[in-house]
Amino acid sequence: MVKSDVKVLGFWPSPFLMRARIALKIKSVEYEFLEENLGSKSELLLKSNPVHKKIPVLIHNDKPVCESLIIVEYVDEAWSSSGPSILPSDPYDRAVARFWAAYVDEKWFSALRDIGSANGAEAKKAAIEQLIEVLVLLEDAFVKCSKGKAFFGGNQIGFLDIAFGSYLGWLRVTEKMNEVKLLDEVKTPGLFKWAERFCADAAVKDVMPETDKLAELKASAPPSS
Amino acid sequence: MAEEVKLLKTWSSPFGLRAFWILKLKGVQFDFVDEDLSNKSPLLLQSNPVYKKVPVLIHNGKPISESLVILEYVDETWKQNPLLPEDPYERARARFWAKFGEDKVLVSIWNAFIKQGKEQEEAIGLAIETLKFLEEELKGKRFFGGEKIGLADLALGWLANLIGVFEEVIGVKLIEKERFPLLSAWMQEFAEAPVIKESWPPHEKLVTKFRAIREPYVAAAAQPK
Repeated sequence: MVKSDVKVLGFWPSPFLMRARIALKIKSVEYEFLEENLGSKSELLLKSNPVHKKIPVLIHNDKPVCESLIIVEYVDEAWSSSGPSILPSDPYDRAVARFWAAYVDEKWFSALRDIGSANGAEAKKAAIEQLIEVLVLLEDAFVKCSKGKAFFGGNQIGFLDIAFGSYLGWLRVTEKMNEVKLLDEVKTPGLFKWAERFCADAAVKDVMPETDKLAELKASAPPSS
Repeated sequence: MAEEVKLLKTWSSPFGLRAFWILKLKGVQFDFVDEDLSNKSPLLLQSNPVYKKVPVLIHNGKPISESLVILEYVDETWKQNPLLPEDPYERARARFWAKFGEDKVLVSIWNAFIKQGKEQEEAIGLAIETLKFLEEELKGKRFFGGEKIGLADLALGWLANLIGVFEEVIGVKLIEKERFPLLSAWMQEFAEAPVIKESWPPHEKLVTKFRAIREPYVAAAAQPK
């Protein structure tokens, strides 16, 4: 175990928080987790992230790091001698991973949210079709990045696995609440199996919120940090 | 082995300019193509099938898209004159400000540029609030990167010439020297830095282009409701 003064500010359903926690788990970093009440943000959060006032925030020896993917890269670099690397070692592979992570945050996230906020059957159908188009692209990315191995990152979970996999809980809630299969064994076989492996991984399973609990929350409000 | 480095950009794109800057700052030999976005080349479409946008960097036949991803790729591949510092915390900060520039500054300035009437007033107010964070971050620093130009400077560098263009088109000053002394000084220092100063697209041509882009928004607002 790597001991250090590390705190994480988060909100349990947040996929962005999950990214930080998976990264810390991979590096065996012990940390104090501070659950925020987003309706009444703590002094520490407001002081640590004055620009956005959002979670997650990683505080390492009193120095705050904000933005989930930036936190993941930070954890990879600050604890580079502990545990496997999170980013690939080759610069081109790193660029590919970063490209798709940015794509996930831009296209995937908004497509998933559009399903939830769609008004009426027609709009919902269109939103679902759009998401499936995104998934087909990500399936292709998976085949190229994994090169036949278990994860985007190869034999072990890496940066892009974390970036995309952190949304799986919410994906499952969306599937359940809209009675639709989005990750399909036939259309996206690679991703379908990858999702199972990701959720079962030692670095993930303890920090993944339960689908039922997320569904209960969704009944009230969508996730926002 | 002969290195083949090709940059696809346009004469005016601030995103393409970032990639151009880093290659020049590192003394990398490269070719570039100024694309006509109304008639995209087969090479562009093939190299960036996901977004079909510039810039794209093609290194020994392998394409990299998304300007901030390109910046990090170039920094990691050509180690001379590094853009990012060694310290993980400082790297996280540089990435944070580059992302802030993209997500908040660019968006708020663009809204101030295209919106009309009351909406424009609000958009300008929001842009000024956003810029205050940049002003604060420059305290005690010559560049966002410290003593020399870093990742965040290249990410935000478009401000140094496009702000003047936008201000001329809309007839409103967005970055006043009295309110933003540090940001104003940074803009001037960056604009006149070696390599950067030779790269700016012609001012009048930019004014004409952006005036034309703004026209439909002006016309729409002038329509009787």
